[in-house]
Amino acid sequence: MQGSKGQKMQQKLTEVWDSTQSSQAWNSIFRPGSIFRKGYSDSPRNRSYVIMNSVLYHLHPVKVKRHAVKVSYTLCLGGLSFFLFIVLTVTGIFLMFFYRPTAAQAWDDIYTLQTSVTFGLLVRNMHRWGAHLMVISVFLHMARVFYHGAYKAPREFNWVIGVILLTLTLLLSFTGYLLPWDQLALWAVTVGTNMIGYTPVFGDQVRFVLLGGAEIGTNTLLRWYVLHVLFFPFITVIFMAIHFWRVRKDGGISGPL
Amino acid sequence: MTEVPEHLLKRAQAAKDKAAAKAAESAPAPAAEEPAAAEAPAASDSRIPAHLLARSQAAKAKRAGGTAEAAPAAGGTATAVATAPAGGAVVPAGGPPVGGGPGGHTQRLLTVVKAGSIQDVKSKPQDKVHVWPHLLVIEFVAALVCTTFLLIFSWVVNAPLLELANFNQTPNPSKAPWYFLGLQELLTMFHPMVAGVTIPGMGIFILILAPYMDKNPSNKPEDRKFAFSLMTVHLMFWTVLVIIGSFFRGPGFLFTLPWVDGVFFEL
Repeated sequence: MQGSKGQKMQQKLTEVWDSTQSSQAWNSIFRPGSIFRKGYSDSPRNRSYVIMNSVLYHLHPVKVKRHAVKVSYTLCLGGLSFFLFIVLTVTGIFLMFFYRPTAAQAWDDIYTLQTSVTFGLLVRNMHRWGAHLMVISVFLHMARVFYHGAYKAPREFNWVIGVILLTLTLLLSFTGYLLPWDQLALWAVTVGTNMIGYTPVFGDQVRFVLLGGAEIGTNTLLRWYVLHVLFFPFITVIFMAIHFWRVRKDGGISGPL
Repeated sequence: MTEVPEHLLKRAQAAKDKAAAKAAESAPAPAAEEPAAAEAPAASDSRIPAHLLARSQAAKAKRAGGTAEAAPAAGGTATAVATAPAGGAVVPAGGPPVGGGPGGHTQRLLTVVKAGSIQDVKSKPQDKVHVWPHLLVIEFVAALVCTTFLLIFSWVVNAPLLELANFNQTPNPSKAPWYFLGLQELLTMFHPMVAGVTIPGMGIFILILAPYMDKNPSNKPEDRKFAFSLMTVHLMFWTVLVIIGSFFRGPGFLFTLPWVDGVFFEL
């Protein structure tokens, strides 16, 4: 009795799944070749369509050199840097819901986030550790590219973009450092900006613009907040787009050695 | 060095097998060897559609005088380069095709143009794999591993949140974020302008110029000993500075041993 009931249930589910997959809405979302379409089969043509007919085509060609998929060659470092950027964007947006960038409120907001927001502490931890991890992975990615001689023609310019992205990563991390507005943040940024003040000729002006005043204060916090959540991510996304595009235009990743 | 891709090798092997089979098939035929050999590759995998072949055969048959005899040999048209087009009438007769065709036309083979001299193929065939699933699966697994690591690490270790920022209480030591601690370490040796601006500025500048200064076209490690050592020395130098700045600097940014005085370091 139970068994037949279960079977009926299963049959019903299959039917519903079937009609969902053949509905207009479903087929308008998943383009031909998508693995989610009805009757997807693993054929060379469909393998091509998975990429060609999806948004992934912006990132990947249909085929890559066989050596390019060797994990031991790239160590996935570039891809992981990008992935960490996405993780940081997601967790960062979450944090923005609970944070006000003023000297009077910032620290309290972080404290409240950690103590009374569901998953608040976890997400903040992920954002912080993810940021450190991204600095490391971008740095290692650069070293990997250097040791493989991958910056040589025709990839010279993409290396330049890469160095800019490394700098942007450091700036993103550094501007985020101030936001908790605790002793660690304040004095680390004091040390950092004092160094910037020694820039020849217009050092004081640069420092003034960055701090929004002669000393670090609530203006600085607002300024660095905007730099951290909008300005630098915006610039970084643009450079990343060029970076990934150039990887393809320069004939895929370099090598084999 | 360039490997011939697997699928091309397979295809070539299949073609060879086919040709061999054809040759074996047509060898015992008593007819003259030359036309038989010419016909072999044309028979089954000709690219000319069947109905066109039939039409041309019909036309030829008409011209040749309407005999059904001519039809079977007309498969030879597909290899027009090597055989006289009028072969239809000649082949059944036995001997090699000599000058005279139907209607007394004479045709000669002037030259054979090989495909390579017309189609200039610049890119060599490369061994490639589909991005889906080969690359995407790897990327997915890598992302999963990274997420897992980050989640577990964040679960176990809390990000620091010290007491509220206080302008009147300078912590001792005050340290920059870890990736700038190499620079802060340089501050102990050089004037701030040199340590904080000139050296990092030059570093980034030289890094940007690296591909334009390195004229060595090879990417093999054994050809790049100088570049390798130069980069390694600098990376090591930088890493050591960061480690010293992070763990071996205590109050007053003076040298300490972490196992004696403890660690003065926050991430």
